[in-house]
Amino acid sequence: MMENYLSLLIHAALTENLALSLFLGMCTFLAVSKRIDTAIGLGIAVVVVQGITVPVNHLIMSHVLGEGALAWAGLAEMDLRFLGLVTYIAVIAALVQILEMVLDRFFPPLYNTLGIFLPLITVNCAVLGGTLLMVQRQYTLGESVVFGIGSGLGWALAIVVLAGIREKLKYSDVPAGLRGLGITFIITGLISMAFMGFSGLVF
Amino acid sequence: MSGRSGLRQRLDRMRPLFARGGRFEKFSVVFEMIDTLLYTPARPTRTAPHVRDHLDLKRIMIFVVLACLPAMLVGIYNVGLQANLALAGLGPATDGGSWRNVVLDGLSIGYDPGDLPACFVHGLLFFLPLYLVTLVVGGFWEVLFATLRRHEVNEGFLVTSWLFVATLPPTLPLWQAALGISFGVVIGKEVFGGTGKNFLNPALVGRAFLFFSYPAWMSGDAVWVAVDGYTGATPLAMAANGGMAAIHEAGITWQAAFIGTIPGSLGETSALACLIGALFLVYTGIASGRIMLAVVLGMVCATLLANGLGSGGDSAFSQMPWHWHMVLGGAAFGLVFMATDPVSAALTPAGKWLYGLFIGAVCILIRIANPAYAEGMMLAILLGNVIAPLLDYLVIRLHVHRRRRRRARVE
Repeated sequence: MMENYLSLLIHAALTENLALSLFLGMCTFLAVSKRIDTAIGLGIAVVVVQGITVPVNHLIMSHVLGEGALAWAGLAEMDLRFLGLVTYIAVIAALVQILEMVLDRFFPPLYNTLGIFLPLITVNCAVLGGTLLMVQRQYTLGESVVFGIGSGLGWALAIVVLAGIREKLKYSDVPAGLRGLGITFIITGLISMAFMGFSGLVF
Repeated sequence: MSGRSGLRQRLDRMRPLFARGGRFEKFSVVFEMIDTLLYTPARPTRTAPHVRDHLDLKRIMIFVVLACLPAMLVGIYNVGLQANLALAGLGPATDGGSWRNVVLDGLSIGYDPGDLPACFVHGLLFFLPLYLVTLVVGGFWEVLFATLRRHEVNEGFLVTSWLFVATLPPTLPLWQAALGISFGVVIGKEVFGGTGKNFLNPALVGRAFLFFSYPAWMSGDAVWVAVDGYTGATPLAMAANGGMAAIHEAGITWQAAFIGTIPGSLGETSALACLIGALFLVYTGIASGRIMLAVVLGMVCATLLANGLGSGGDSAFSQMPWHWHMVLGGAAFGLVFMATDPVSAALTPAGKWLYGLFIGAVCILIRIANPAYAEGMMLAILLGNVIAPLLDYLVIRLHVHRRRRRRARVE
């Protein structure tokens, strides 16, 4: 059981890295990776949000939306799966809002560090992608917690690494036409080539 | 000036033509390249990657090529040896069509695996075309970018092409070598502005590109011994399938693997030659001995851990002892010549330790836990290059933090 979770964690973080092998959450990934400090902040925010939204969406899926999930309310023949996409987005947005309020009230320093990044995450497709993958692969509740945290960690690692390289490359001499986003795409491709070393990892 | 060679005088006479405003101003980079390759430049290097002493870029690069020479020579001999052994095993006249056979027959050198010069010449016939293509195609991109973007062509490219060829299987089609070095030089280095401005080792970028694009020519059992239709797995691939038992069964001794008479890439098989190169590089202060030591340490620790955790006895890959991991595959070559690349490695002392440990551990992790790749050194070094800036950042931040605390206590 424990080994299964560990393997899933590594799988979600490295082998199937949301950013570098599935290329999810690219807009924030490319835009907020200029400095390491901000990348770390955003990374932490994604881990937290991912770790909460994936299990919560799992609960909603298995107790409200799934086929026959409403049996506890006496509606066994109900199948609300077509509402999935809309519901997940709403849940993510609502959870991020609630999380923001809770942090603001109880952990002001953390709230100030994360700042603008929490609302930004609402529209990050890595977060929605995590939920959809969880539904598609029919994880259990325990697995969805591990998958949420693991995939969040993988995405955070990717953006921090990218920010490190971009800070180093401040001193490089990139051709005019490639400066900014162009070279960042190339860097992302090269990093993802290196990350292919983890594809197929088996424990 | 008396005492100067004719070539020097001729170069000096030509210089005004290439200077600013001269007739061949456009080709000044080419002139500069030939001039500085042959003679010590009048100007010292003023920018990265040299920061400390009189050591200039030119000397660094030429010394790396020199340090790599023993590994390459043993490798060339080994390619011929493996081919001749295979031919001897298959019987005479199995392979008579290629131009190499015409040359070898024409010079009546023969295919005796016990004959050292014969093996060397046979290997040379595989090495030279690959190296020439790499040099010409890579050089073309280098000069093109240097001319258009007005930076210097420097010896960094000699190192890149030399190391790139050393990591190729001897049977690689020449067009693939051309493609690989093009990708390595252009995407791995020139789009960032040339030598010293990239973040990955360009030779490894080229190799990784080929490895993922053409796996059939870059991995498997059929590419390592340069005889058509002959399959000879690398010892690492054998071990991945059958553990140490398979290696013993194939009759490969540790000594043979250490000296380098095993199937493998062109220049990577000899751990002994890499060791000589490492001593030379550390002695001349060019490569970081700290990184090499850390990689070795990382590999040893990870292997011991795997030996302890894994099971399955002699036939499991995870039970391979660390002194075998060190001499097989690209481990020795990678840790001496690739991981220590001053441009793409970590820069802070503590960062270098972490960087090396990371590479060593990841190499073993990929070898053992990833059935898709029997060899992990190339990907481990690329991943190390990727996280190197982050490690430096963390080390510096920690240092700043500690100093601040110390200052606060004093005040």
